Amino acid sequence: MANMTRRRTVELPDHPDFLWVAEQKPKKSYDVIIIGAGGHGLATAYYLAKNHGITNVAVIEKGWLAGGNMGRNTTIIRSNYLWDESAGIYDHSLKLWENLEEEVGYEMFFSQRGVMTLAHSVSDVRSKQRNFYANHVNAVDSVWLTPEEVKEIAPIVNISEDIRYPVMGATFQPRGGIAKHDWVAWGYAKAAADLGVDIIQNCEVTGFDIVNGKVKGVKTTQGDIAANKVGMVAAGHTSVLANMAGFDVPLQSRPLQALVSPLLEQVLDTVIMSGAVHVYVSQAHKGELVMGAGTDSYNSYAQRGGFHVIEHQLAAACELFPIFERAHLLRTWGGIVDIAPDASPIIGLTPVENLYINSGWGTGGFKATPGSGWVMAATIANGEPDALAKPYALDRFISGHLIDEHGAAGVAH
Amino acid sequence: MLHIPCPYCGPRDETEFHYGSEAHVAYPENSANLTDEEWAKFVFIRSNPKGWMAERWVHSAGCRRWFNVWRNTINHEFGPSYKPFTQQPKSPA
Repeated sequence: MANMTRRRTVELPDHPDFLWVAEQKPKKSYDVIIIGAGGHGLATAYYLAKNHGITNVAVIEKGWLAGGNMGRNTTIIRSNYLWDESAGIYDHSLKLWENLEEEVGYEMFFSQRGVMTLAHSVSDVRSKQRNFYANHVNAVDSVWLTPEEVKEIAPIVNISEDIRYPVMGATFQPRGGIAKHDWVAWGYAKAAADLGVDIIQNCEVTGFDIVNGKVKGVKTTQGDIAANKVGMVAAGHTSVLANMAGFDVPLQSRPLQALVSPLLEQVLDTVIMSGAVHVYVSQAHKGELVMGAGTDSYNSYAQRGGFHVIEHQLAAACELFPIFERAHLLRTWGGIVDIAPDASPIIGLTPVENLYINSGWGTGGFKATPGSGWVMAATIANGEPDALAKPYALDRFISGHLIDEHGAAGVAH
Repeated sequence: MLHIPCPYCGPRDETEFHYGSEAHVAYPENSANLTDEEWAKFVFIRSNPKGWMAERWVHSAGCRRWFNVWRNTINHEFGPSYKPFTQQPKSPA
């Protein structure tokens, strides 16, 4: 069971004055170019260097480091998915989280405060229990909680029976939790840069150099850069890149919004998710409540969504957590998530030789940052899918071997 | 919130509508003879353009009718909307 003592707010330590070369310019060529300096791209570069000894690597980024979804997510970490393939990759990721700060030598405020997923109807209870048993089969830690046990862990939850979405039980993963996303990006960036990786910001890919079906490099706003291998780790912009390289991907880019309250006393020391009411909430280390909403319904690259989505989510949150009625909304923002038809990622080879894809993490990529980087690095280094990544190949949409995680994911991921 | 131009009712709030994704995705001809690749393309692949996109909406809390409209996915600007089975207006791009 999670730590029951109330947490105190913490002050963050000062940053070191040097993390990576901020104004790095690209060399003429690299062994590997990673497109996208978000968490997954930086982790890929780090594991290429650390696990495979490939250090002549550039991570190129059209904006600034971790300026996309890596800096916009709600930082939830868990691995209690439904299917075996998901348990494989997400739990590998969670195991990496458990030693990550020590390994890269950088504080990330990884906190295993547990993740609770509420059930609000009979069918919800049944599907969550199915999930709970599936987790046991896969040796993923999972506990079933009664409403009273929910209340014991999180006293601010309203468990009365006469609310619109009564709490009828919950699954709980004690090893789940949160981390500070920007610190995770900086930690990976520093560790990768220490091993010789170039991190190049303000460098947008405008095309690929492809000869006889084989990628030879990328065209960018900072000139052409040659590479033996290229990895696309570009989240919401993956479709744009894939189209430049001449193939289609089954992804749709949608806005996903999140919000924070001002700093408050600690009232919640676990993570609570509810797919049925479209709320997931945790309280960050400094005291702000962090909440995520569902995706907006339409395709977009605008990094913003409609306020009615936030309003809908807050209405449900205030009923579940009556104490939140006193809180104010400080700030909302949106990111662009790339959603695959089965709500599972697409990792592996592409129709272009030596061009690799890692995308489709949709609304839940943050938790997978270490595992995603790990399998992507192995896939690029070996030129064939890593064992954990193999089920996530692009051709599963032809074979029909979908990994349908819509049920386990709900809206919240 | 989007202000969506229904071709039957005029502009209305987004909350009156449901989204129907990309417009003009026709059911394949000769469906009995399609390969797995062709089925995958029809079932799973939709263009996901950054820029102008022709898409479907249904005015579910209004006239309850489906229609098509041009919308820019970069800034959510709307172009012309049009009824199904009518001539598609040119992309505003």
